[in-house]
Amino acid sequence: MSVDTATVAKIASLARIKVTEGELEAMVPELNGILAWVEQLGEVDVTGIEPMTAVIENQLRLRADVIGADPLTGGGIREQVLANAPVAEHGFFGVPKVIE
Amino acid sequence: MTDLTDLGVAALRDGIAGGDFTAVEAAEAFNANIAAAGVLNAFIVATPEHALESARKVDADRAAGKTLGKLAGVPIGMKDLFATKGVQTTAASHILEGFTPEYESTVSQKLWDAGAGMLGKLNLDQFAMGSSNETSYFGNVISPWRRCDGGNAAMAPGGSSGGSSAAVSARLCPAATGTDTGGSIRQPAAFTGISGIKPTYGRCSRWGIVAFASSLDQAGPMARDVRDCAIMLEAMAGFDPKDTTSLDLSVPAWEAGLNANLKGKKVGIPREYRVEGLDADVAKSWDDGVAWLKDAGAEVIDISLPHTKYALPAYYIIAPAEASSNLARYDGVRYGLRDLPDGANLQDMYAATRAAGFGAEVKRRILIGTYVLSAGFYDAYYTQAQKVRTLISHDFKNAFTECDVILAPTTPTGAFGLGEMVSDPLAMYLNDVFAVPASLAGLPAMSVPAGLNREGLPLGLQIVGRPFDEQGVLNAGLAIEQRAGFTARPGKWW
Repeated sequence: MSVDTATVAKIASLARIKVTEGELEAMVPELNGILAWVEQLGEVDVTGIEPMTAVIENQLRLRADVIGADPLTGGGIREQVLANAPVAEHGFFGVPKVIE
Repeated sequence: MTDLTDLGVAALRDGIAGGDFTAVEAAEAFNANIAAAGVLNAFIVATPEHALESARKVDADRAAGKTLGKLAGVPIGMKDLFATKGVQTTAASHILEGFTPEYESTVSQKLWDAGAGMLGKLNLDQFAMGSSNETSYFGNVISPWRRCDGGNAAMAPGGSSGGSSAAVSARLCPAATGTDTGGSIRQPAAFTGISGIKPTYGRCSRWGIVAFASSLDQAGPMARDVRDCAIMLEAMAGFDPKDTTSLDLSVPAWEAGLNANLKGKKVGIPREYRVEGLDADVAKSWDDGVAWLKDAGAEVIDISLPHTKYALPAYYIIAPAEASSNLARYDGVRYGLRDLPDGANLQDMYAATRAAGFGAEVKRRILIGTYVLSAGFYDAYYTQAQKVRTLISHDFKNAFTECDVILAPTTPTGAFGLGEMVSDPLAMYLNDVFAVPASLAGLPAMSVPAGLNREGLPLGLQIVGRPFDEQGVLNAGLAIEQRAGFTARPGKWW
């Protein structure tokens, strides 16, 4: 499978990355080179093989059902959460208007 | 008095504990080396005060007769992928420039708890995506090594942990943290003549490490020798409930368990790694490694890892797929850069922010990841790659029924010059061909220096072990280290 300019433009839009016409032109052959190379995986016989889900077998844990059990990941830290926001107003993240 | 910056982790720890010199003296010595090595660009931010403050505390604790930590007074470098409270954490990206975490990563906190101090935040490939440290927003790291041809071409320190490798090899710090997603500890260690180990996936908590590919990312130490790696890894590893894939296992006493006698051990030599056209110097260092391990008492056998050639293409589907998902969080809303063109709506802001904040290689990987995960292509690319990953893991499982560790080169060549590979992303990816299989299988793997090539540049040997058998890997590394007699170091030109 290979990609054309329109496909790359669509992927970039899905990935929310603005690209210029010039960048698009440059990316098409680069991505096609990489995609053509990874396509060799198609020759591997994977009959009956499950896709990997965990590289090292491990039991998923549930945390204790306690609010703020871990002060680092619990609540009540609004100022810290907002500390690095590009725009924080009235205790919220500020974004451009989304409702007309 | 000896130059304290010539000392490694064990010697610094013991010298401080024994009162031969103070922790402050050690911190000052490394701070001075860093201040004089700006041209290497190994650090994004130096934090001399942090190192001094930790050192003063260690010296005071020692004077008060308190028990000292495992790394008391040892100043280290921190890859700028670990969140450090109050100190800018960028992942070498523009999008995180100025980001100052309100929290500390688990691994860095463990190191500070053990008494280590922070010399600074080390440069890396942007979001750890790269093999030469040429994708950093903050400029290339220049290796302290140069070819022996008398020229002064700037060499790549490897990547993504290129600031770490350059700094340790240039004596700017005795040890540094690294992270390894597809070779990012081992390859830079090999390029700069130092040691580095990626432990079993899950040994070191990923909490507070800027995520690249979560099923592969694993932290580990880089230092001048195997013992120093063992000491560092003991401090870094350990169960963390904040990381769902953290292994709930106690941390072995790896340093105390070091033993270079390999009698009764079997070392596997994977025939698929002997690729056609393998660099002659690399092939010779591999043969040397075989002889050294035999000399240490091991039995050496041929093994087969039949799916080796598919590891790299599988990696370049899986890692970008996970990256495209992980990096979706950089949207200009919660932290980092925001680019809001006049009149832009929310969607425009996302796209403009990400266009301005990500470098070319990061964009390339996000686009590949988005493509292979998109409707209609998911099964053909992503599911197929994850099935191949299962087969690669099976290959290792089968091999470990016959042998205890695997020996292979770390990289297909020695270091290349900065700028020599950037025009061809695929050629750059191929540099990790020997490192990636162990990453896909989550296995512990380490690189130790083996010798110099015809250009006077270091080559590394790689040891891969069974899951959880870091000790076996370290021991084989130690056996090589004791026989390789690698004492070469870069001549100081900076």
